Amino acid sequence: MTAAPIHFRNERLMLDPSGAAFWPAKRVLIVADLHFEKSSSLAARGALLPPFDTRATLERLTRLVRLYRPSRLIALGDSFHDVQGHARLSKDDRTRLEAIGREAQIIWIAGNHDATPHDLPGQCVAEHREGPFVFRHQAQPLLGLREIELSGHFHPKASIESRAKRVSRPCFVSDGSTRLILPAFGALTGGLDVREAPIARLFPRGLRVFMLGQEQLYSFALEQLGRLAEVA
Amino acid sequence: MASLPERFEKWFAAKGWGLRAHQAEMLDAAQDGADALLIAPTGAGKTLAGFLPSLVALAARPREGLHTLYVSPLKALGTDIARNLQIPVAEMGLSVSIETRSGDTPANRRARQKEMAPNILLTTPESLLLLSQENSGVYFKDLACVVVDEIHALAGTKRGDQLALCLARLRALSATRIVGLSATVAHPEAMRRFVGPEARLVQAKEGAAPEITLALPETEIPWSGHMGLKSAELVLRKIAQAKMSIVFVNTRAQAELLFAEIWRHNEENLPIAIHHGSLDIAQRRKVEAAMAEGRLRGVIATSSLDLGIDWGGVDQVLQIGAPKGVSRLLQRLGRANHRLDEPSRAVLVPANRFEVLECEAAMAGVAEAALDGDPPRPGGLDVLAQHVLGMACAGKFHPDDLYREVVSAAPYEALSRPDFDAVLGFVEDGGYALAAYERYRKLFRDSEGFLYPANAKVVQQFRMNIGTIVEAPLIKIRLLGRRGGGFGAALGEVEEYFVNQLVPGDSFMFAGRVLKFIRLRENAAEVVEAPGKEPKVPAYAGARLPLTTNLAARVRAMLHDPGCWGAFPEQVRDWLALQRRRSRLPGPNGLLVETFPRAGRWFMVVYAFEGRNAHQTLGLLLTKRMERAGFAPIGFVASDYVLAIWSAYRPEKIEQLFHEDLLGDDLEEWMETSSLLRRAFRQVAVIAGLIPRQLPGVEKNRRQVTVNSDLIYDVLRRHQPDHILLRATRADAAHGLIDLSRIAALLARAKGRITHMALSRVSPLAVPVLLEIGREHVQGEAEDLLLAEAQALIAEAGEDENVHGNFIHGPKGQNMLFDHT
Repeated sequence: MTAAPIHFRNERLMLDPSGAAFWPAKRVLIVADLHFEKSSSLAARGALLPPFDTRATLERLTRLVRLYRPSRLIALGDSFHDVQGHARLSKDDRTRLEAIGREAQIIWIAGNHDATPHDLPGQCVAEHREGPFVFRHQAQPLLGLREIELSGHFHPKASIESRAKRVSRPCFVSDGSTRLILPAFGALTGGLDVREAPIARLFPRGLRVFMLGQEQLYSFALEQLGRLAEVA
Repeated sequence: MASLPERFEKWFAAKGWGLRAHQAEMLDAAQDGADALLIAPTGAGKTLAGFLPSLVALAARPREGLHTLYVSPLKALGTDIARNLQIPVAEMGLSVSIETRSGDTPANRRARQKEMAPNILLTTPESLLLLSQENSGVYFKDLACVVVDEIHALAGTKRGDQLALCLARLRALSATRIVGLSATVAHPEAMRRFVGPEARLVQAKEGAAPEITLALPETEIPWSGHMGLKSAELVLRKIAQAKMSIVFVNTRAQAELLFAEIWRHNEENLPIAIHHGSLDIAQRRKVEAAMAEGRLRGVIATSSLDLGIDWGGVDQVLQIGAPKGVSRLLQRLGRANHRLDEPSRAVLVPANRFEVLECEAAMAGVAEAALDGDPPRPGGLDVLAQHVLGMACAGKFHPDDLYREVVSAAPYEALSRPDFDAVLGFVEDGGYALAAYERYRKLFRDSEGFLYPANAKVVQQFRMNIGTIVEAPLIKIRLLGRRGGGFGAALGEVEEYFVNQLVPGDSFMFAGRVLKFIRLRENAAEVVEAPGKEPKVPAYAGARLPLTTNLAARVRAMLHDPGCWGAFPEQVRDWLALQRRRSRLPGPNGLLVETFPRAGRWFMVVYAFEGRNAHQTLGLLLTKRMERAGFAPIGFVASDYVLAIWSAYRPEKIEQLFHEDLLGDDLEEWMETSSLLRRAFRQVAVIAGLIPRQLPGVEKNRRQVTVNSDLIYDVLRRHQPDHILLRATRADAAHGLIDLSRIAALLARAKGRITHMALSRVSPLAVPVLLEIGREHVQGEAEDLLLAEAQALIAEAGEDENVHGNFIHGPKGQNMLFDHT
């Protein structure tokens, strides 16, 4: 897996093909929309989805923590699919999460699904600011002067009409100067196309996506999405 | 032998008809209370034979309540039959009530049908949802007969599985007989068992043999392509020579293109229409009505007109492109001239050279009445899961009773008790081994072991997800007025992904018109007419049928025997003779493989004749093995006849590539990651009730809340690979999409009999498949490669664009394209 660097002013972030971002200068690992316990949340509403999503997400997260050895892990909200989610964690999954918490200090940013604090390792906050960055769950339409925003919430995905077929993947999306939206990291999270208004209107000056591949990211500009056949 | 009651006798006589032998046999079966399967060609009075016993019984003993339930695969068929049944009922003055019921039936009429059932109810398998309602026991208790029409189109499909389970339930609720009506099929015994283990087989006399001719364009016969557009003028001339023609094509895209091409030449303005499954139902009805009234000279149609309704006036059928199977061709021929004693007239119009061979083989097959089709596969476990939940919704059941009932349905006769229990476990709590959903159970068990729905929500969710037809999300097409005003008439529906790639101003071809895309509003694409622009054609998933085994074997045999070539057009004969000189002809047994260098690559062409699906699977397996052998395969393309693989290095030791263990070691690995399996899983998961259907009108930004089936598949595959839904998925894929049985047959046939021709250049027979290069889809694993390629292409094409700053502008000094490539 090859991570790709992206620069915001003088800070470098590494975008990992798993959908996480790493800030080497401060050794901060950033993930968005883990949606732990989504399947059990839906099960309560009658859809008996496979109850293995929390474990699958935690296993991927553990691998990343081993790889990057971060001092802090920032989860950009919607870490649990609902406010009771943390209470439904199985014993094994709780142990896995505690192991991560011993490696890195976890900062849980509140999301719209998990707005109330919980007792898991780390601290629960509404927003987090560090260096030029503001970490929050959902991108705000108006940013402060010289503020660079890192957020999640939208589960951005993009699609490319390639030579043989349409390829659709989760992606990072950024304007390269003021904000970066991370893809959802959770195992059972769908996505919203970046061309849809809720995402597109946050990038009035255009955007670039970094689609997740197995080994690397693939980068395209907004105009190229969905209809490559005519561009190329 | 049974005779007709006087009233019926008179009516027959007034029509100038006599009771046909098979109609009498059907009356006999009814008198003996026996189930029966009637196999009859079109025009043999099949439907009347099916209903006659019920009409006779109801005439003798008029009564209230449901007597006969009619089930057909097409809604329209029910409507049509209801109309036709009214004629004898009215003319003989019988007191028999007849009604239809389908998804389109208004709620008030459905409610009334629930209160007061008609004597004869005409419906589709989906409407047997009635069985999952609580009062179903009362509703069906006096049912005397179920008539299943076009049973050959249902057996072996998921709808057929569902129907079989419902029939088993109806037998448990009542003393009903079951009557099946079928076209001539390759496996009558399997069809008979579908009706019932003791069902009587009644075979009607075959009609006059059809007259089939081949029509070729005067110019060169095309080397490739499947649309047959070069024959448009020819088709138009044939239409002009007959009273009314149905022009059958193989795909909806082909229907649109051919329709446009024909109209380009249609200077006489012959009334010619288009009919396919994506068009709005009202549009289709209009076309059908125009046909019935004889106002049309021709209709370009897909399989949407394959079944059922009797179009009296049709005197010619044209098949454009390869027929793909003898049975399918016969079914289509039967659309012309619904009269038993006159031959139906048909014209085959092949679109390329291989299709000439296929058409000739199909004509020989029709002459010998050598039908194709595999015996029905075992019933799907996903359909069973839906049925189990439905039975719980109808009232409590005991697993032992339900198991007995289920295995009495033919598709499930071999179902083991552990498999049944696994399906039941899935319905109850998801059936997950490692983590339990005890608290979210859908069914409760009482102390005696009976099962009930856990709550009203379970029942409600079940009702919203009934059925076995899973479609890709669709978007309505609305035609606005010339100035873009008005609400817009519905033209039909296309797949969502096609609309997603349109930008306002793009034009595309649909419903025989060139349309300009204006905007997406709610769940509809709004369009205006924009003639004269170069349009796109919507692509539809899964529209192409593979060549049948039977027809493939015929093509192989004809190719090998120059004695058969007399019937071929000269160009085709020359082509084959040249192939014989330059290489070899593929034989009926064994396997011909050619290798040759071309444009810096090595090509390996495999003459397998096993149909596109099997070839695609074979291509994936062979390229994996070639990779390991160091030949560096680059890509492959599959047609119905041939597989071509190209590689960087010369493939050698061809025999070893085709060793029978090809199906062993690589298969599992490939199956698990292929996009075919992911698609199959989505279907299975929807039918089994794991994920809800995508209902129209759901807002876009709510989609992120619904769970993508691919993600569920990945999680489940990793953590519980033997889950019942994964097993159902693999079974589905093995039977249809990847055609494993045909690859196994090929490898067995080829064992020790591979003829490898190492050529210095391309052979004549290989030309068509090489012309297909670039038109074929690459499977899922190649997605990353495709993305990388697209990215590189843009970098290449966009170099000067960067200079002009077409991407993203930023404050000075910032690297706006980022330093990532």
